[in-house]
Amino acid sequence: MLNIFEVAETNKMIEEENLDVRTITLGISLLDCIDSDLEVLCKKIDKKIYEAAKDLVETGEEIAREFGIPIVNKRIAVTPIALVGGAACKTGEDFVQIARTLDEVAIKVGVNFIGGYSALVSKGMTAADELLIRSIPQAMAVTERVCSSVNLGSTRTGINMDAVKLMGETILQTARLTKEKDSLGCAKLVVFCNAPDDNPFMAGAFHGVTEADKVINVGVSGPGVVKRALEKVRGENFEVLCETIKKTAFKVTRVGQLVAKEASIRLQVPFGIVDLSLAPTPAIGDSVADILCEMGLEYAGAPGTTAALALLNDQVKKGGVMASSYVGGLSGAFIPVSEDQGMINAVTAGALTLEKLEAMTCVCSVGLDMIAIPGDTKASTISGIIADELAIGMINQKTTAVRIIPVIGKTVGEMVEFGGLLGYAPIMPVNSFSCEAFIERGGRIPAPIHSFKN
Amino acid sequence: MKKTIITVVGKDTVGIIAGVCTYLAENNINILDISQTIVQGYFNMMMIVDRTDSNKQFRETAEDLEKLGEKIGVIIKCQREDIFNSMHRI
Repeated sequence: MLNIFEVAETNKMIEEENLDVRTITLGISLLDCIDSDLEVLCKKIDKKIYEAAKDLVETGEEIAREFGIPIVNKRIAVTPIALVGGAACKTGEDFVQIARTLDEVAIKVGVNFIGGYSALVSKGMTAADELLIRSIPQAMAVTERVCSSVNLGSTRTGINMDAVKLMGETILQTARLTKEKDSLGCAKLVVFCNAPDDNPFMAGAFHGVTEADKVINVGVSGPGVVKRALEKVRGENFEVLCETIKKTAFKVTRVGQLVAKEASIRLQVPFGIVDLSLAPTPAIGDSVADILCEMGLEYAGAPGTTAALALLNDQVKKGGVMASSYVGGLSGAFIPVSEDQGMINAVTAGALTLEKLEAMTCVCSVGLDMIAIPGDTKASTISGIIADELAIGMINQKTTAVRIIPVIGKTVGEMVEFGGLLGYAPIMPVNSFSCEAFIERGGRIPAPIHSFKN
Repeated sequence: MKKTIITVVGKDTVGIIAGVCTYLAENNINILDISQTIVQGYFNMMMIVDRTDSNKQFRETAEDLEKLGEKIGVIIKCQREDIFNSMHRI
């Protein structure tokens, strides 16, 4: 039978160390809504999402109450809209109409984000894909809760450099259209290499075409819990360090698995995966960078950071995999800058640069995340940053992503405030040398040699 | 049988256990196990209870106990046993 110390340990994790379930994300396929009439399509989308998700928020809150664990976000991911809207949308404005429908139904069911305003163009773009991508700036400007993602490359296909070029321009245009809100639109827009079909985390969640009609995916968190556990093993060797992370990750993930199963039963939707992630928030004591410091670094970004992050990421997976029957999504440590107080401190202190962040993304999920850069950065430079990051993903057979925010009207040294879970960030300098001629070439980077496994 | 864990944490004072037990008895909630310690002057108690015969919903019981806690100056939490089992038992 349970003892008082075990019960106290769990409750201490929840009350003092910010243990929570970061998100329950309901994936909904919209393939059966496809229609050549835009009005009919939007009505079908609204009806399908509303019926599937009307009880999502209430159920999440009920589970949180009964188990005594906060479930921070309830969200929806839908089939990439470029696929759903292809038959009905003749212009970018038509796609924006779908974005509005998604936004309205998200507000109606009470979820804080809906993901899937997406296109999968890792090898080539259809006319619909291109229309959707070109409509992203407008869609991000007129909606509040819609998140957008574009998959630009994969290990199997290589990198679509035409789309990379287009996304550099799209990100900049999104920043311009939302400049009154510190270019907030870009915080809801991410590009990927090897995007997973079952990621529950925003902004990159979408419901992949290989998924069932509906599915429940859960993202766990708990950087604060890992940090506290490591405080108890200061000065011990790497074996002890790794064992401690592994055990803690196991406990954290078990809670996610429990919540996922319970939500699946109550909503009568199949359970998909648990995403084993250390996802920070701007709250004090909920930081991945603080874990790196606890391991012995003065700041995240100091020499040793990549090694520390690599071992953290690996141990989180080793502990988490046994705790859940199905693991998926992004699974690993997240290193967003604006959403992590320790990362913000490191940038402010001058310890962490864009180049070091890029190195860190080689060994963790996901990529360059929530990084504010000067608003006068050229589109080709943004495309260059994206291409570098995607190349890491392509060659290393992992997911990588870029969520970068060129803040219009601001420059290095200034702060930008996004609010809520998105946090705030100092604007980071970008290498000012040009890559324009490289990006201008067009076409695609071929699939890497190790993708030919057949 | 769905077991529920009740935890009580707060400054030690007369009548904490009595208060909680009276409420449980009145609402037909059976106590299966109690353990209690005092850590640095703070009262720490855990009860494992069975709510099968109670006619109150989980939510009501949790809210009632929370209010009772406020009255006697302690924090009372009511959680389903599963969260602790999944974390501490393989």
